[in-house]
Amino acid sequence: MKRDPIYGMMAEFDSPQALIDAAKYTHEAGYQKIDAYSPFPIEGLAEEIGFHHDEVPLVVLIGGIVGGLTGYLMQYWMSAVDYPINVGGKPYHSWPAFIVITFEMTILFAGISAVFGMLALNGLPMPYHPVFNVPRFALASKDRFFLIVFSSDKKYDASGTRKFLEGLAPRSVSEVPS
Amino acid sequence: MDEQYNTTDAGRAPVTAPVIEPGYTFGTVTEKISAIVLTRPASNGWFIGFGVAFLLTQMMLFAIAYLFLKGIGIWGDTIPIGWGFAIVNFVWWIGIGHAGTLISAILLLLRQSWRNSINRFAEAMTLFAVACAGIFPAIHVGRPWLAYWLFPIPNTMGVWPQFRSPLMWDVFAVSTYATISALFWFIGLIPDLGTLRDRTDNKALKIIYGMFSMGWRGSARHWHRYETAYLLLAGLATPLVLSVHTVVSFDFAIGIVPGWHTTIFPPYFVAGAIYSGFAMVLMLAIPIRKIYGLEDFITERHLQNSAKVMLATGLIVAYGYGIEAFMGWYSGDRYDAFTLWNRLHGPYAVPYYMLLACNIFIPQTLWIRKLRTSPVGLFIISGVILVGMWLERFIIVVVSLSRDFLTSSWGMYYPTRWDWMTYIGTIGMFLAAMFLFLRILPAISIFEMRTLLPEAEVKE
Repeated sequence: MKRDPIYGMMAEFDSPQALIDAAKYTHEAGYQKIDAYSPFPIEGLAEEIGFHHDEVPLVVLIGGIVGGLTGYLMQYWMSAVDYPINVGGKPYHSWPAFIVITFEMTILFAGISAVFGMLALNGLPMPYHPVFNVPRFALASKDRFFLIVFSSDKKYDASGTRKFLEGLAPRSVSEVPS
Repeated sequence: MDEQYNTTDAGRAPVTAPVIEPGYTFGTVTEKISAIVLTRPASNGWFIGFGVAFLLTQMMLFAIAYLFLKGIGIWGDTIPIGWGFAIVNFVWWIGIGHAGTLISAILLLLRQSWRNSINRFAEAMTLFAVACAGIFPAIHVGRPWLAYWLFPIPNTMGVWPQFRSPLMWDVFAVSTYATISALFWFIGLIPDLGTLRDRTDNKALKIIYGMFSMGWRGSARHWHRYETAYLLLAGLATPLVLSVHTVVSFDFAIGIVPGWHTTIFPPYFVAGAIYSGFAMVLMLAIPIRKIYGLEDFITERHLQNSAKVMLATGLIVAYGYGIEAFMGWYSGDRYDAFTLWNRLHGPYAVPYYMLLACNIFIPQTLWIRKLRTSPVGLFIISGVILVGMWLERFIIVVVSLSRDFLTSSWGMYYPTRWDWMTYIGTIGMFLAAMFLFLRILPAISIFEMRTLLPEAEVKE
């Protein structure tokens, strides 16, 4: 598939409030494929751009269950099946002694799933991304707030979308080459 | 309400100092913190400090190299005191690390926003403290090249570790703790590495920070998943940090040695860990805020709150000592009673009285507000507490082992120069890592500081 030479249209705002309002109008105006960029997390912004399903908790839950099972079954198999050793007459399957490591392995796997699951779902690491082609986007990690309408959106057309974004009173609007 | 809390009558300091001084914007917060890394030249003081710490690290490596050549005999460890400095220092360092996780995870869950300006370097402190702690058990095993036997790795002998032993639990607890602390620290850094990438003019730095920031661009979807992951990780780290020192205390409590075999150990170890950890946080924060001019971000409020945490955990520790003494009498067990008598009158009585002074009596001065807001005073008291907590572990490990059930197996422990070189060397390693961290990474979380500003507030 040939890549669209234009990635989208981007507007720059001054404050988190301006961004969240702009995101709301844009979404309500029928634009589906939009994204917003900010230097810190803004509560409610993800919902305004139409993001509702966060899968991170599920990934962490699965990680935790797998970790707990791994921890317990590993100890059971090693102590009671593969090489049973009689230690002070204790049963081979002395489950109370296995709880601590089961707990630690649950935390370990769940924590690793949280970090790597979050990165994978976010598509990171990503060495190249078109939004960085806009020079002013460097301020997105400092004190500016950006809204983008992707060119893949059904409603997107270069002049119409630019006009629409300019109507939201941004500091500037620029086209993003991909 | 507000008026009441802000009165400054009769020369009293305001009851609640702000978390961040007014007048900052997203831009100035970003510039101020990133400038420490990007534009501020390293001072002579930094080079001297790092140089000394680096030399101490070399001394540690030398002591360890000699240990590998000669064996554990160069240390003061003998029978009956087979656990000398190595275990004392291990517990001390691990305990110091705990405050970092408390600040970053537990205070996050409790919505204590003042944590935002100290969590980054407190997490770094955790990481470096755990690294120092990890050295000790590894070099203490006698044949350190076989230390990997501690892990359940398939081997030609076909045997597996003994999972019923608390020492084995400790291996899992500490290695999980190290891993989770490193991950927590790293994901906290990702957005700030993105900021450094966008701020620097240096091409090589841009690439390096860009790589480590993973191409972070601050998308709303990313932030949403990021916050979920961060919160979940905090929720996981909270029981983890409590479990780590609990498991460390099991190393002792499950043994039958008088002075070890007690159920009060887990809570009292955890409180002691947080106690010493906050002391280390203050010992680092007070010079850092002064030298790098960060008094607007690490304010009097942070010092006060940390002092209050120390006061509270210190009282829990005091309660632990009290219960130990009480049980020595109440249990009717003559060995337990003797342990108490021996601590008060035995050959190690002086360290025990020093411990009581450092951990219980001197820190009570923190009830005085003037002292809680005085950086110099807090710095000194924190140092006293760190010494006290080290002595506590010395008393637990050495004094208990030196006088067990049979008089025929009593003994004394005298640390050698190699013990001291290794211990002081790890302090050097810790400080060297801290010095590097301050120059390479933002010592205060930039994006979390932005959320504290009034202009960050939105209404829907």
